[in-house]
Amino acid sequence: MTQLPASTARKMGLVIDLDTCVGCHACVISCKGWNTENYGAPLSDQDPYGADPKGTFLNRIHSYEITPDEGTAQLAHFPKSCLHCEDAPCVTVCPTGASYKRVEDGIVLVNESSCIGCGLCAWACPYGAREMDAAEGVMKKCTLCVDRIYNENLPEEDRVPSCVRTCPAGARHFGDLGDENSEVSQLVAERGGFDLMPEQGTKPVNKYLPPRPKQDHTPKGDIDLLAPLLAPVSEEPKGFLGWLDKALDALPGAEKNN
Amino acid sequence: MHPAPSIIAFTVLSGLGFGMLAWLGIGSPAPTGWVAFGYFVLAFALAVGGLISSTFHLGHPERAWRALSQWQSSWLSREGVMAVITLILMGFYALFAVFGGTHLTVLGWLGAASAVATVYTTSMIYAQMKTVPRWNNWTVPGLFIALSLTGGAMLTGQVMATTLLLILSGLLLALHWHDGDGAFKNSGTTLATATGLPGKVRAFEPPHTGTNYLLTEMVHVLGRKHATKLRVIAFGLLIALPLLICIAFPNPVGFVIAALCHIAGALVSRWLFFAQAEHVVGLYYGMR
Repeated sequence: MTQLPASTARKMGLVIDLDTCVGCHACVISCKGWNTENYGAPLSDQDPYGADPKGTFLNRIHSYEITPDEGTAQLAHFPKSCLHCEDAPCVTVCPTGASYKRVEDGIVLVNESSCIGCGLCAWACPYGAREMDAAEGVMKKCTLCVDRIYNENLPEEDRVPSCVRTCPAGARHFGDLGDENSEVSQLVAERGGFDLMPEQGTKPVNKYLPPRPKQDHTPKGDIDLLAPLLAPVSEEPKGFLGWLDKALDALPGAEKNN
Repeated sequence: MHPAPSIIAFTVLSGLGFGMLAWLGIGSPAPTGWVAFGYFVLAFALAVGGLISSTFHLGHPERAWRALSQWQSSWLSREGVMAVITLILMGFYALFAVFGGTHLTVLGWLGAASAVATVYTTSMIYAQMKTVPRWNNWTVPGLFIALSLTGGAMLTGQVMATTLLLILSGLLLALHWHDGDGAFKNSGTTLATATGLPGKVRAFEPPHTGTNYLLTEMVHVLGRKHATKLRVIAFGLLIALPLLICIAFPNPVGFVIAALCHIAGALVSRWLFFAQAEHVVGLYYGMR
């Protein structure tokens, strides 16, 4: 049914730390890998090695330049995937009932065997979280790795979304945002987590943590901060290398510059 | 938004068809026999042809019947249901008019109301989109219904109704363009609200070097280059020329020319309706 549930038992979602994300795109690749090899239609590519490559991704990383009113400019890497909105406009527009929001955990999913590929849900989403797969003709979106998080065949530490498991910087956190005592909820409270496009009234479950202001590293006066680091620690090799160095020097035909 | 030809054909043709059915339903005109047959064949061909054309852009047209199930929440589903109801009601009305030589007045009025409701549900598919501020406006259902009734009046050969409705449609079109031009700015959605980042934000690098589904479907910038010229052409063909012909040459030949002009104008204006519509997702890419 494409009517939204009045409330969900839990609100599973992601908290993305824009301060920590280094923009490596590892989560993009692990997401594409997991979701191509597992649940649902694979995420296809069109002309992948040609002049005009294109493909379906459930998670994409933008980069934004921030110029604060005062202080240093900075770059923020900005991962974006489905926010599993409480008031998801993509679900209610679906004419077939293929899109739905789960009552038990709030995950927004697409039943691919009912999807007619009309694309209206992608129009209704302000975040660009849904992409039509060109090969399969059905709508693809983040499943919050529903086939990992409850999967008892996986070791416990792997029962989180693929992007979260992969992130080398620890910028992605997964948990129940409906429970105010959960680690993710506390992180949001502590760091001032915010919603994307709150004026659209979608009530996203996923939250973003703001980047901290960049520290001012401009040297004061003439001090070269790097100089102590650049000075060689040792001019002469010691130990085995020292012996080897001397032994090679002693051989005839040594290079002139030694 | 990407102006898909199948969707432009769908909204224009089925709009005309349901407009015709609305006029035939209220008995204005009230033909019987072969004349009625001609009118109803044209009306049904336009309405059904438009609906069939709309399935061409689907990823899985063979599953289109599923779209009738979610009428409680989805305008697209409601549109499908209303179209089927209208076609059934007006189908029976047409049968009695063509072969029985009688007009079932109550059935006709019900069918006419249902035809107008169908056009309303079509327009709401677009007008409900908060993500496309230009569409999220009452002028969209107003314009869709006015144009449908104008085209219907024209194709059923009614000079007076056509003249008045052309004026109304022209006013609504001007208002739709006027309101639409400031809509994105007035929606309050900006790159700052989209990213929540502090200070002045600028898109530095997109997620990929090539294009993607979102950009081809939602960020159609190509067609906006000649928007002003196309507006003049659309308004001329859709409203001004047919109005002039209705007043100066109110004869059958003039009417056919006026109708052809009007349909061409409807196609151009519907193309602009999509091409000029900006989706908020473009903000993430530093585009509109």
